[in-house]
Amino acid sequence: MTATRDELVGFDDVLERYDPALGLEVHVELNTHTKMFCGCPAAFGAEPNTHVCPTCLGLPGSMPVVNRKAVESAIRIGLALNCSIAEWCRFARKNYFYPDMPKNFQTSQYDEPIAFEGFMDVDVDGETFRVGIERAHMEEDTGKATHVGGTTGRIHGADYSLVDYNRAGIPLIEIVTKPITGAGAKAPDVARAYVSQLRELIVALGVSEARMDQGNLRADVNLSLAPKGSDRLGTRTETKNVNSFRSVERAVRYEMGRQAGVLDGGGTVRQETRHWHEDSGVTTSGREKSDAEDYRYFPEPDLVPVAPSREWVDELRGTLPENPTERRTRLQAEWGFTDLEMRDTVGAGALGLVAETVALGAAPQAARKWWLGELARRANDSGVEIAELGVTPADVARVQALVDDGTLNDKLARQVFDGLFAGEGTPDEVVAARGLAIVSDEGALAAAVDNAIAANPDVADKIRDGKVAAAGALIGAVMKEMKGQADAGRVRELVLEKLA
Amino acid sequence: MSADLRRTAAQLSRDLAEGTTTSVELTQASLDRIAQVDGSVHAFLALNADQALDSARASDERRGRGETTGPLDGVPIAVKDVLATEGLATTCGSRILEGWVPPYDATVVTRVRGAGMPILGKTNMDEFAMGSSTEHSAYGTTHNPWDLDRIPGGSGGGSAAAVASFEAPLALGTDTGGSIRQPGAVTGTVGVKPTYGGVSRYGLVALANSLDQVGPVTRTVEDAALLHTVIAGHDPRDSTSLDQPVPDFLAAARQGATGDLSGVRIGVITELAGEGWQAGVMARFQESVDLLTKAGADVVEVSCPHFVHALATYYLILPAEASSNLARFDAMRYGLRVLPEGVDAPSAEQVMRATREVGFGDEVKRRIILGTYALSSGYYDAYYGQAQKLRTLISNDFAQAFEVADVLVSPTAPTTAFPIGDKVDDPLAMYLNDLATIPANLAGVPGISVPSGLADEDGLPAGFQVLAPALADDRCYRVGAALESLLVEQWGGPLLDRAPALEGGSL
Repeated sequence: MTATRDELVGFDDVLERYDPALGLEVHVELNTHTKMFCGCPAAFGAEPNTHVCPTCLGLPGSMPVVNRKAVESAIRIGLALNCSIAEWCRFARKNYFYPDMPKNFQTSQYDEPIAFEGFMDVDVDGETFRVGIERAHMEEDTGKATHVGGTTGRIHGADYSLVDYNRAGIPLIEIVTKPITGAGAKAPDVARAYVSQLRELIVALGVSEARMDQGNLRADVNLSLAPKGSDRLGTRTETKNVNSFRSVERAVRYEMGRQAGVLDGGGTVRQETRHWHEDSGVTTSGREKSDAEDYRYFPEPDLVPVAPSREWVDELRGTLPENPTERRTRLQAEWGFTDLEMRDTVGAGALGLVAETVALGAAPQAARKWWLGELARRANDSGVEIAELGVTPADVARVQALVDDGTLNDKLARQVFDGLFAGEGTPDEVVAARGLAIVSDEGALAAAVDNAIAANPDVADKIRDGKVAAAGALIGAVMKEMKGQADAGRVRELVLEKLA
Repeated sequence: MSADLRRTAAQLSRDLAEGTTTSVELTQASLDRIAQVDGSVHAFLALNADQALDSARASDERRGRGETTGPLDGVPIAVKDVLATEGLATTCGSRILEGWVPPYDATVVTRVRGAGMPILGKTNMDEFAMGSSTEHSAYGTTHNPWDLDRIPGGSGGGSAAAVASFEAPLALGTDTGGSIRQPGAVTGTVGVKPTYGGVSRYGLVALANSLDQVGPVTRTVEDAALLHTVIAGHDPRDSTSLDQPVPDFLAAARQGATGDLSGVRIGVITELAGEGWQAGVMARFQESVDLLTKAGADVVEVSCPHFVHALATYYLILPAEASSNLARFDAMRYGLRVLPEGVDAPSAEQVMRATREVGFGDEVKRRIILGTYALSSGYYDAYYGQAQKLRTLISNDFAQAFEVADVLVSPTAPTTAFPIGDKVDDPLAMYLNDLATIPANLAGVPGISVPSGLADEDGLPAGFQVLAPALADDRCYRVGAALESLLVEQWGGPLLDRAPALEGGSL
């Protein structure tokens, strides 16, 4: 299937004739130490098929055991989304074949989700939009298939496929919204804001790394169009695995235009899954999906029901992060940000990141400076949200700590970020590998200062005459010789000492 | 010194303790016996001679140092091929698992090994435990040692035949609808289906997860109690495993063996008798009930009105669960892989189809289709949903019956062993053989089958079934042992002594 561009209808024209209805299904990979149903490490990035056992490989005779920590995370997510928590629920088998699914059924929840009937208030340009949450349920992730050969990277046409089961069995929470109607022209923004705010919440709960670039958080976007004023929903498509906030917005926009094109031409929208193409910004047809898709669900007989006690649920309620509005007010006061600084921080989707960075020891203004300056610029350059850059608050806090202790100056710090983006490891590893630390060797500094004085006798004389402002030229020369890896303050001190 | 394979596990345990035999002698004697007679019985699919002898040597050395792991240390055992054994092929009687060597042990296997018991080999079974005759094994039928032209019961016919032919003193079986008890009945051995959750299912290749249970196959009730004690108890790897104290099965068996049942209330299930029940089987059953009465038990008739639906209920729930369990056999990761003929670059689906066509037998295919149908949308409520409701009603029947009786009794199977080939083309007739055993699996209660004698018309063994409430397995042992001691006294020796000698064997 090649990514050809369908006949699109302009956004404003779509809205003239149709009402969009949205639905979002977000899968969150939990950060539990072990998998959903076995004791294997749930860590990301290991050698293929090293974190596996009979259970997550689905070997004959193996049996699942529920990870209590995953249930706890599911309940906390449910509570944070204002959901009811089931007093009693079960896992079910969802029977279907897929090459990366070891048992050929997925252990999931069906008619008895752990959390149901909630909502999340989403801010869009200062306006609050309430998104209904239908359910949040627990399930296991599948393995990861890599289809080698062929042109599309999909299984059809591939020469062979490699399967890595390290991911098989990692706990997932699937959060499903109710149909979101009435957003009109704001539908793309609501979709983006919902996923963005949901991510912020997940991060605040500490239940997932929620990194979209690593697939910790994956969004499926359902969209349908109904003739304007109709109270029925149109036929929807499900665009799978949209992996950035910006793409969520773009996918909604694209599907609105595409479906309107189909409908305007007298056609009918096919109920199907669609693939999102990041580069071209289009969706293409995937497999046809009918409502009657028969997964032959039935209760998983190897697992006992999950019946969280009300005491436990109440205890978990006590661990929830505070209400976002109150939190903003509190943080602004704590950080001493101006209204504008705070609005920019929230607007950039950086509030949680700044808060985490501050919690890790960075000064609030320093944290803000990095996220809204250097990192926002890079995010903008690569067309992603800053949360999706792959740089963590821990990275930023560490860089700032290195600045604070005089190891780095701002210029060197920016080079550290270069290294982080180039995948050169942790900040400390980048500093070591690139030799970025400020030279604190007094002898070398003194020699460089002497060289600068000798090379610029005029400037030296001016300083001797008391024109201290001229020191900048000598400092610049020293910094140049030291390749920027000198503490400018210390160089200034040395210059003035020597010319006193 | 030599090992007498006619001795029970309890007797062999004493022989080992007294030093009149060694585990190596015993294990070697069992292997020799297998070599002599298994050609005609075909109880084993795979032997584990080297490992078994190593284990026997280790046991003897332990004993030499004055240590043992328990009463069965050094007593060999056979294991049904549906239980995962590390390093030892596990086929479930199916071609689709041909050559599969599990990288892990089932929990019961770990426990048996931990108890110092040499594992002789893996026993034959109906493919994926689907059947009542062991004729559905992809590796050939097992023969009943009483009459080699007859079936040994199923699905655990291999385990029952191994014990009945003195190839192994003990065996492990699994019972989903009677696959331990019914083979026990037709081979004159003792079979126990423990309380659901009483023995770990981890490593048991699931037929129907909500019904399966691992249990002992032995020649006496006491032996069953000894083996049950080894395998029972909580397993954190099986979440349906019960975290409850394990009753003292051995004490219950020994109490029963005194022959005193005063105060014990025994309920005869009226629905499990009558038309279709072989006269000779019913006669032995009635005599057994009379003996229990003489031993002081109060016998009452109890009605379990929903038992008539047990078979239908079972044949909806079982295939539903089985169809899902068997989905993993897709030729992709382990076991058989068959490439379709005349296809250049077959797709995954084509390979899967070709492999399943060859790898699964007719009965397995039949049940996969039944189960897929019963679970499919639009039919779920009519079939699977209804079956679950009936299952509850059957459990309620048990609960009510256990209000008036401590244990319930019936013949284990309606007939003695039928001739090989007799019912293989008539699945419904085959299914009927399990109608007395199935209700216990649906309700999760424990049951035991004890030999009740030989039917007059064919001279073949019949079984007597005792059922108890969940977690009261010890009652099965008490009543079973009482009946056994009274009958053995009447017969003047164990029933198996009357079985014909097997050609090539010299016991």
